[in-house]
Amino acid sequence: MHLILFIIFAVFCVGGALGLLISKHPINSALSLIVVMVSLAVLYLLLGAEFVAAIQVIVYAGAIMVLFVFTIMLLNAGEEERTKGSRVATALGFPALIIGAATVIYAILAKIGITGSLSLGQFRGTPEAVSDLLFRDFLLPFEVTSVLILIAIMGAVLLARKGSAE
Amino acid sequence: MTNVLTFILVAIIKIVITVFVLLTAVAYTVWLERKVVGRMQNRWGPTRVGPFGLLQPLADGLKFILKEDLTPPYVNKPIYILAPMLAVVMALTSIAIIPIGPTLHIGDYATPIQITGVTDANGQSSDIAIGLLIILGVTSIGVYGIALAGWSSNSKYSLLGSLRASAQMVSYEIALGLSLVGVLMITGSFSLRAIVEHQQGLMFGFIPRWNFFYGFQFVAFFIYLMAAFAETNRIPFDLPEAETELVAGYHTEYSAMKFAMFFMAEYANMVTVACLASVMFLGGWSGPVFGPPIVQSLLPVLYFMARIFFFLFLYIWIRGTLPRFRYDQLMGFGWKFLLPLAIANIVITAFVIAWRA
Repeated sequence: MHLILFIIFAVFCVGGALGLLISKHPINSALSLIVVMVSLAVLYLLLGAEFVAAIQVIVYAGAIMVLFVFTIMLLNAGEEERTKGSRVATALGFPALIIGAATVIYAILAKIGITGSLSLGQFRGTPEAVSDLLFRDFLLPFEVTSVLILIAIMGAVLLARKGSAE
Repeated sequence: MTNVLTFILVAIIKIVITVFVLLTAVAYTVWLERKVVGRMQNRWGPTRVGPFGLLQPLADGLKFILKEDLTPPYVNKPIYILAPMLAVVMALTSIAIIPIGPTLHIGDYATPIQITGVTDANGQSSDIAIGLLIILGVTSIGVYGIALAGWSSNSKYSLLGSLRASAQMVSYEIALGLSLVGVLMITGSFSLRAIVEHQQGLMFGFIPRWNFFYGFQFVAFFIYLMAAFAETNRIPFDLPEAETELVAGYHTEYSAMKFAMFFMAEYANMVTVACLASVMFLGGWSGPVFGPPIVQSLLPVLYFMARIFFFLFLYIWIRGTLPRFRYDQLMGFGWKFLLPLAIANIVITAFVIAWRA
């Protein structure tokens, strides 16, 4: 049951990611990205990380992507124009990308030495587990991050004000 | 194996009954609204079809099905068709999470009166541990139905309506979510069933232990109520479909059944929001129970329905009473009044809980 669901949503996820890259219209790309995020949430759920899954849907699919769609609607962005691009980039780009990705994956696997030992449903992802980690084990990094985000928000407000005053 | 089969059979029965009741409730809320608003404005409301116009929803449904389903030539067709489906599916999904009643005992078999719930061997019912978060997530996906409807219609009134709607819903979702945090802190669980069970019983012998009274969450309740009005695009927050400015807002270009889908989504959302308000603040199905076991498990369902009816009536009552906000007032009210108030409520509740512990 878990495996069937995993395969279905993994296919959705990869399909959405490809759709994001291939589709010409920005709104279709945005919708593909929403599909990717929701299917990722289901994958988290299958691992047993229920809280992370819910937050993934609420924050990423429900809030951040709404702003993306919003911007596309406001700008009324049309279809992308395709350029041919340089032939050298096409010839060298894909092999280089594959080699780079393979190196990174190999390095990670060699370092940690995990080759698929986490079974479905093993992940610690209940609200209690997440809050234990956030508010006890990693309290300082968590608080520092929140201050950092607050500073970023204030910076954004300041920049927006400056723009409208001129 | 028979256990699994029984479970599936019971789940299907529950789903059919719940969806049937929900859709009927949606249809008759429209009737109720026309009737009540009519009386408030010194009119009769629908009277022609059946006694007291009771068959009016049926006639409306027939009309929606038989009308020509027009798709304007200038729309973005896939998204134009997807949008109403998304809106109505997301609106109807939330009801699966809502605990409607306690455990129902039929002979030896026990099952919770809730679609997504299970009863273990000891007769203890439980439901999804993150039920509330799922409802919030589903609601936030529902915004796309409205946003995409306006954009794909390729009409300026639709676009303006959907821009207003999505901005409003995203803004008020924050106040709505934060107003529920106080209740979550009191209960210590995201499970809606646990939240309701935490509110059973009386305090001082006569006041129900609802979160509305018990945890001084009435401030949170009013924040929730106002945010919920905005979430469902009802008067006084119905700017997305302000007919004097925007024709009909995001569903201007829709006709026949697609238009009806938006209508259904709006009223189903009203029901969901009312359910959540009863579960979080008014004790869900709690109330005095008596009589034989079957009555004892079905009476709470009636209490729950009574609360939902109260909220639906309140919606209609306010619709008949209040004028519409101006758009900047609406945004200011959400961000500068409801949001700080909700945060203050969280801080005070946290202090009280810490002090008591």
